[in-house]
Amino acid sequence: MMNMADAKPLAGAGKSPVQKAPRPSRPISPRMVDIAVQVAVVAALAGIWEFGARFGALNPFLLPPLSVVLGRIWEDLIAGTVPVDLGLTLYRALTGFAIGAVIGIPTGILMARSALVRWFFDPLVSIGFPMPKIAFLPIFILWFDIYDTSKIIMVAFSCFFPVVAATCAGCSSLDKWPIWSARSFGAKERELLWEVYLPMAMPQILTGLQVALPTGMITTIVTEMLMGGRGVGGAMIMAGRFADSVGVFAGIVQIIILGFVVVKSLEIVRRRLLIWHPESRK
Amino acid sequence: MSDVLAGGRGRGRVGPSLSYAVVNTVVRFTPLLVLALGWEFLGLSGLVSRQMLPGLGEIFAAFSDMLFGGDLLYNTLRSVSRAAAGLGAAVVVGISAGLLMASFRPVRLLINPIVQIFYPMPKSALIPVVMIWLGLGDSSKILLIFLGCLLPVIVGTYNGARGVNPFLLWSAASLGASRFDVLREVVLRGAMPDILNGCRTALAFSFILMVSSEFVIATDGVGFMISSLGDGGQYPAMFAAIFFVAGIGFAADRLYALLSRRLLRWREA
Repeated sequence: MMNMADAKPLAGAGKSPVQKAPRPSRPISPRMVDIAVQVAVVAALAGIWEFGARFGALNPFLLPPLSVVLGRIWEDLIAGTVPVDLGLTLYRALTGFAIGAVIGIPTGILMARSALVRWFFDPLVSIGFPMPKIAFLPIFILWFDIYDTSKIIMVAFSCFFPVVAATCAGCSSLDKWPIWSARSFGAKERELLWEVYLPMAMPQILTGLQVALPTGMITTIVTEMLMGGRGVGGAMIMAGRFADSVGVFAGIVQIIILGFVVVKSLEIVRRRLLIWHPESRK
Repeated sequence: MSDVLAGGRGRGRVGPSLSYAVVNTVVRFTPLLVLALGWEFLGLSGLVSRQMLPGLGEIFAAFSDMLFGGDLLYNTLRSVSRAAAGLGAAVVVGISAGLLMASFRPVRLLINPIVQIFYPMPKSALIPVVMIWLGLGDSSKILLIFLGCLLPVIVGTYNGARGVNPFLLWSAASLGASRFDVLREVVLRGAMPDILNGCRTALAFSFILMVSSEFVIATDGVGFMISSLGDGGQYPAMFAAIFFVAGIGFAADRLYALLSRRLLRWREA
């Protein structure tokens, strides 16, 4: 329970000065108090999980103690299965996501720029966007077998729609003044694309990517569960079938960390790419 | 027609006449016809085996067999009722939690870290967990859909409620509204657009989780039906069931968009 030991003094230290009087000499902002309290909440939950399961308040099969779950992850880490599973899941999710984005962004731009392309893709995207794409998984299994190809294609398929819809919406509603100014300064179409359209549509494109990435992760996990093999999803469903609840929760903890890292990384990328944009000037 | 591509709607709305609308619709959906023809041609040409790409006639025949003689409707009803139960519970709990989080600091400090940790998690990872907790029956899938749909609703409601114009809150309070009145009459309504957006994401998640949980653990439902048809090699029927599920998901989203436009009628000036 390292977390708890770390968090308790932090929470206390944050609280007491504010309760007395906020002295300017030791500035502890309300924000820091908030963070400290929230860390304490997480630590307390982890404590309830651990000790509840240990002392029989929670059924240890339904919720094995946290330390046992972490111990299992450590064992698997030593044995080398954790990096392989996580790596495979990450590889499938990111490859599918990248393919979906690489096809989706140009398609979206073309839809916004060309009436013909828009005519063709508009009904497909507006039907495909709200559809539960995961239902098509058996078709991809039928066409591409059960190995990485079909998993990655499935992920790319589910990532494509949010990206294309957001890109098209972003590129269709551009402010015309910058475009006219660029034109009057003699910008060619290609320069216009890279220097004006793309940067102006970037916030919406990134939002589309931020919708697509979690969707891609969900899809990756389901494909792994359904088709078996290595990967976190496959490992978890195997553990579930053998009633190995420690294994299932070990998988959940790994996936929470993986999802957190991936989603936060994309947020960092967004902040980097939009550093010039008013939205990052908070 | 499409909310997704809001940019290009201006042109289509010029003529009020019916024939114009018909022509417009036909032109709009020709690409689907082109795809269908391509599908048929690819199947007939022998480049792809008929197993992999059954003819559309076959698929349609299988569909009507399943619809009238088979158990497609029963399975759909089972799936949709589970999804509705989970989604309904998530909407009620999520909106309440989001409003409380936005209004009371202790609640916010308590719930926010949990939301932060679980929000980026791919919700399908919970399938084995609910399987261990509740077995293979209805309750495990309802719980899964509830948990998966909860976070988008909470986050949408919270963001919406935090973004409500404070002048409205102050005016309501100065006119003598109690805290609860303000919450119900001002915050809830002011946050409605964001709440509805969160619920739309939740609706999409409910379908994804419904189908995928039934692929993995189920004894009935459309997802189970699709995977067992696939395992049995009845591909035309499998394609028919998949297109049917996709169609239901699409229709649910359209209906929802209509409903939310009705709920927000007061908003557009």
